[in-house]
Amino acid sequence: MAAPQETPALFAAPTGGPVWRRRTVNRAMTVVIAGAFALAMLPLLSLLFEVAKRGIPGLSVEFFTESARGAIGGGGAAHAIVGTLVITGVAAAISVPIGIMAAIYLTEYGGKSRLRRALTFFVDVMTGIPSIVAGLFAFALFSLIFGPGIRLGVMGSVALSVLMIPIVIRSSEEVLKIVPNQLREASAALGTPKWRTITKVVLPTAFAGLITGVMIALARIIGETAPLLVTTGVVDSINSNPFDGRMQNLAVYAYSEYRTPGVMKEASYDRAWAAALTLIAIVMILNVVARLIYRRFKTEIR
Amino acid sequence: MPGATDTTRVEREAGQAPVPTPPPPSEIAEAAPAAEGRRAKTIEVRKLNLFYGGFHAVENVTMTIAPNKVTALIGSSGCGKTTFLRSLNRMHELNVGASVEGEVTLDGQDIYARGVDPVQVRRLVGMVFQSPNPFPTMSIYDNVAAGLNLNATRIKKSAKDEVVERSLRGAHLWGEVKDRLDKPGSSLSGGQQQRLCIARAIAVEPEVLLMDEPCSALDPVATLAIEDLIGELKSEYTIAIVTHNMQQAARASDVTAFFNLEETGKPGRLIEVGETETIFTSPKEQATEDYVSGRFG
Repeated sequence: MAAPQETPALFAAPTGGPVWRRRTVNRAMTVVIAGAFALAMLPLLSLLFEVAKRGIPGLSVEFFTESARGAIGGGGAAHAIVGTLVITGVAAAISVPIGIMAAIYLTEYGGKSRLRRALTFFVDVMTGIPSIVAGLFAFALFSLIFGPGIRLGVMGSVALSVLMIPIVIRSSEEVLKIVPNQLREASAALGTPKWRTITKVVLPTAFAGLITGVMIALARIIGETAPLLVTTGVVDSINSNPFDGRMQNLAVYAYSEYRTPGVMKEASYDRAWAAALTLIAIVMILNVVARLIYRRFKTEIR
Repeated sequence: MPGATDTTRVEREAGQAPVPTPPPPSEIAEAAPAAEGRRAKTIEVRKLNLFYGGFHAVENVTMTIAPNKVTALIGSSGCGKTTFLRSLNRMHELNVGASVEGEVTLDGQDIYARGVDPVQVRRLVGMVFQSPNPFPTMSIYDNVAAGLNLNATRIKKSAKDEVVERSLRGAHLWGEVKDRLDKPGSSLSGGQQQRLCIARAIAVEPEVLLMDEPCSALDPVATLAIEDLIGELKSEYTIAIVTHNMQQAARASDVTAFFNLEETGKPGRLIEVGETETIFTSPKEQATEDYVSGRFG
């Protein structure tokens, strides 16, 4: 009987032997892969650190509660925060119904039809549209209707929708495809019309995944600067009505504070960094909420 | 008792009228313990051909599925039994490109006639599938009531409770789940899930119950329970069951239909249909005898 500390002869790994070689290669590869991961994480961590370091000094109660209206060298970003939330909210309100219904069409009703193939192609194209192009589209559209020089919060939302819709469609499609066909058949066999099968069986089953997809799309567009520069303009006061003139938002605010700092340059720069930090924080919160919702609502398909 | 190979057939018009609607909710609500004496319907199939796109899957089937009897469809893999079964409640056409030629009548009315709503047909002809598929987002109670909920049938809560209890009793599941009706449907064992699916199917009170290998995913004990259940259900319903298991067909059915393929790529055909006893002891066709005695398939 081998003593407890000794490796039994059967499992011994003499140096140079095949077992030793395999273990060593295993360990070496583990180190390499961990190293590669660390390398990939480095820029991200460095970025987060940098933003936090420079942004935290800019954070203050004033930052969150006051706008830049009337402030000389001071002021806060309340107007930008409100703007971001409103513009993104309206963009979501436009994109989510359109995106999910399109995804439902593509998975449930499309079959092999030509319309489906055309739609899939165009959605693919839309995922690649540069954000400035989306912004110019919204700008042109509203200029046609309302005349040039128009600047509205909702224009920014439209631009962001153009970017958000294909993401929502793609992820929703994937989620809907995962719902097993057996459930649709079970529902059909009970004599349920197709649209009710979709609303009462397929969508509830896919709910968690759909929400996650929407959250991811939101996180993607919330930081878009270019389209908002040309559509929502730059303004100093809080405006929470998307249909009423210019609206500030965090991304553009960060840019403008940096580009055209006020009298107190350092304070402006601080605020720009703080705005960036706030944006990152909002995205993080969205992600956490997405995970919580997913965990709460997910359905185990057996 | 008329065998299914009876060649005389009553002349009737291929009904242009739509299939009769199921009894209005008020009747379901007042239905006393399991509708006694309710007529289960007869399914007559005439020259039925089924296609998947260009592929001819099932050729020229003519047979009767008699009321208050269990008809077993047996045959080797891929010979079209499930395809045939699914054509009886218009599920076959849900496959992309699938098509149907021929006539299937439910109590004299052609279910494939122009203007017939397949959804209505499926309310009268229920189906239980091979692997149990309870709705994962719904509780046991909601699963059984799904047939009512999904059709937005307006019925009082107390009436719904009655329907759920009756269906679960009918499926021999009531005792096991009555204390946990609000638990998710997927929390049951395989055999219980299948009985739940049967309860779900009978809750809408169809006339015919189609079962596609209902026991193939279950252990022998659960299988026996389901077979007993089928024996009881036939007093109220017309039942057709596809099965791979010949012993099951011999045990549980009154009429057996044997399907076969000549070779892969050729359409499946109905070789022989008749009383189960006859098919298994003295079949007319050589192919049938070969199959039931295990010489192939």
